[in-house]
Amino acid sequence: MDFALNEQQEMMQTLARDFLTGEYPEKVLRAMAADEKGYTPELWKKLAEMNLLGLSIPEEYGGVGDFLDLIVVLEEMGRVCFLNPFFSSVVLGASAIIEAGSEKQKQEYLPGIAEGKTIITLALTEESAKYTPDAIQTRATPQGNDFIINGTKLFVTDANVADYLICVARTRETDNPQNGISLFMVDLKMPGVSCNPLKTISGDKQAEVTFDNVKVSGDNVLGEIDEGWPRVEKVLQKANVARCAEMVGLAQQALNMSLDYAKERIAFGHPIGAFQSIQHRCADMLIDVDGSRFATYQAGWRINEGLPAASEAAIAKAWVSQACRRVMNSAHQVHGAIGFTEDHILPFYTKKARASEFSFGGVDYHLEQLAVEY
Amino acid sequence: MDFTFTPEEEAFRKEVAAFLEKEVPQVYREKRLTFFDMSAQPDWIKVHRVMAEKLGAKGWISKHWPREYGGQDVSPFHRLILREELIRYHSPGYDAIGAGIVAPALMLKGSEEQKKQHLPGIASGKEIWCETLSEPGHGSDLASIEVFAKEESDCFVVNGQKIWTTNGHFADWNALIVRTDREADPNYRGLTFFLLDMKTPGITVNPVINMAGHHDFNEVFFDDVRIPKENIVGGLNKGFYVVMSLLDYERTTDPVYAMAGTYLSDLAEYARENRLLDPLMKNRVAQLRADYEIARLHHYRVTWMQSRDMVPNTESAMNKMVSFELLQRVSEFGMELTGQYSQLTEDSARVPMYGRIPSCYLRSFGHSLEQGTSEIDRDVIAQRGLGLPRLR
Repeated sequence: MDFALNEQQEMMQTLARDFLTGEYPEKVLRAMAADEKGYTPELWKKLAEMNLLGLSIPEEYGGVGDFLDLIVVLEEMGRVCFLNPFFSSVVLGASAIIEAGSEKQKQEYLPGIAEGKTIITLALTEESAKYTPDAIQTRATPQGNDFIINGTKLFVTDANVADYLICVARTRETDNPQNGISLFMVDLKMPGVSCNPLKTISGDKQAEVTFDNVKVSGDNVLGEIDEGWPRVEKVLQKANVARCAEMVGLAQQALNMSLDYAKERIAFGHPIGAFQSIQHRCADMLIDVDGSRFATYQAGWRINEGLPAASEAAIAKAWVSQACRRVMNSAHQVHGAIGFTEDHILPFYTKKARASEFSFGGVDYHLEQLAVEY
Repeated sequence: MDFTFTPEEEAFRKEVAAFLEKEVPQVYREKRLTFFDMSAQPDWIKVHRVMAEKLGAKGWISKHWPREYGGQDVSPFHRLILREELIRYHSPGYDAIGAGIVAPALMLKGSEEQKKQHLPGIASGKEIWCETLSEPGHGSDLASIEVFAKEESDCFVVNGQKIWTTNGHFADWNALIVRTDREADPNYRGLTFFLLDMKTPGITVNPVINMAGHHDFNEVFFDDVRIPKENIVGGLNKGFYVVMSLLDYERTTDPVYAMAGTYLSDLAEYARENRLLDPLMKNRVAQLRADYEIARLHHYRVTWMQSRDMVPNTESAMNKMVSFELLQRVSEFGMELTGQYSQLTEDSARVPMYGRIPSCYLRSFGHSLEQGTSEIDRDVIAQRGLGLPRLR
């Protein structure tokens, strides 16, 4: 049993923290939330130069580090409330290719992600906003060596700036909805693909992507035809734990800000942090932050070791979501009215926490996964 | 990062489990007794002592101690594994006070003579301990305690009353903190920590029955009780520091998450057999299952710190509070799950689970009070852990 980061992870943590503190102050966060693209090519280039875009991609495809290094960096990104296509490309796109792609496809796409030349996102969710296989209604119909895709994907992150998206579509009607699902690499410039922004409270970039008779070659099927769902589940497992890591960072920063404020804000002749009502809130916040971190690390560690991690990932996502929500609520209560204003940075954290909570399945979905044990 | 046990630790778990499979009285396993409610069994003290001596004979109580004190110098995860298995097998036999709290405090603050006198007894399971800290007028505010020990030439003479003394009715020895200086300012600098033989003349122990009907607590009266000076631990008027480290151990020794986890599994099994697991109840079970995992990790963190010779302090308070409050929620869940049946006592017709449900529930009111209230835990976390200012 070991709860400590190793030297490499500590180094990644320091590197990411220093970089993000310098490059992503509140001013930039506000600009990116308002910006149409949601990132700047300059910052993207720097992320690539620091090898951060290759995190957890195997070395032979130009990557560096493992899944735990990625987790550590995502936690730091959470601390600055990082709005950026990083998650879409490095977590979703790269994971899907690593889990499902053939050797040739890995060689074709992964180096581009690591170098920052290609942005690839995942088009999974549909109108039901569910993460069960029956939710996949988009059809890919074979036509010779090609497939014709029809359907609508929702909540596709960073589709506005992506080069490709990995579309999860039904290729065969079966009794068991898990069977007959395939993954397609789709160039966003293909005729018939249209992308309309969905405006979100947190300022992250999400879109509705419509496929209208989009013709893709059979070469663009990622991995085995009809066998995609188990791959999607693996990607979802990683995505959920990665989201948890971001939430740990969000919650940690909300706690830090609350502590700073509680120590300086004077009421009735004392810093409000001297009152037990505030102290006990902060104690609960710390318990939630630490517990969230342990659950995230445990699930991340199991994924990294190649061990079964379905329960641990479900526990992490369900629990961290709830804990992060509690921490944000307490942070607002500690900050009082000033934290309720648009001029304060805290609402950015609150909004991103809620967006994170609902992506890839909310609390009840993950508790339901867990209840299967009973 | 590593979230597994070593092969050696896993092997130890198997060895303990195989032993308990044979040794734990069948009725304890059948009734699925829990750590905090098994004292209601009429033969509990006897079984507790017998099991303690068996664990002692195996060398397991002291396995993680340094070699100089008779241990094997293995990681404290062995202590955790032993206790997880004891809980899983519904077994008594671990003296949470002697082995869990007094022994490590003695190793840290005791004299060589004190260690030689007591550690072998604790390791053998033959010397059972109690502690007398709280008084009728002072619980959380421990620094204000009043029971006084007057110095004489060769001893201190104690007079006064202590309360909430778990196992005081059969313990062999007592860890006692009393006032030795009434003028000390601040008041905690006038306290001294003693080891007291419970056979010493002048001690009267009366039962205090808790709301679950269990006899765990006692009130203890001291009437001219003479304690030799060599029984002082940590120095005259320096007892508060001994108690502080004692409390840190107390908040890390009991694997309360495991009690919650075992009880939750037992409840879930009962619910499954009786078709009580509708989607709503399943969701509740899953929530508690997730909460259990977090509590487990909080406890593993402090044990890991101990394995690295770090001294958990705020972390202990966090661990203790998270686990105990979880056990309260699981205990409440048992009541909701069984509804009207939850009110039936162990000797009633139609009682589910041998009466565990109300027994655990009523006992659980103590969980946010014992070993320091949840409020004191939060104070510790906020002030010592987060550096928030103190009002007093």
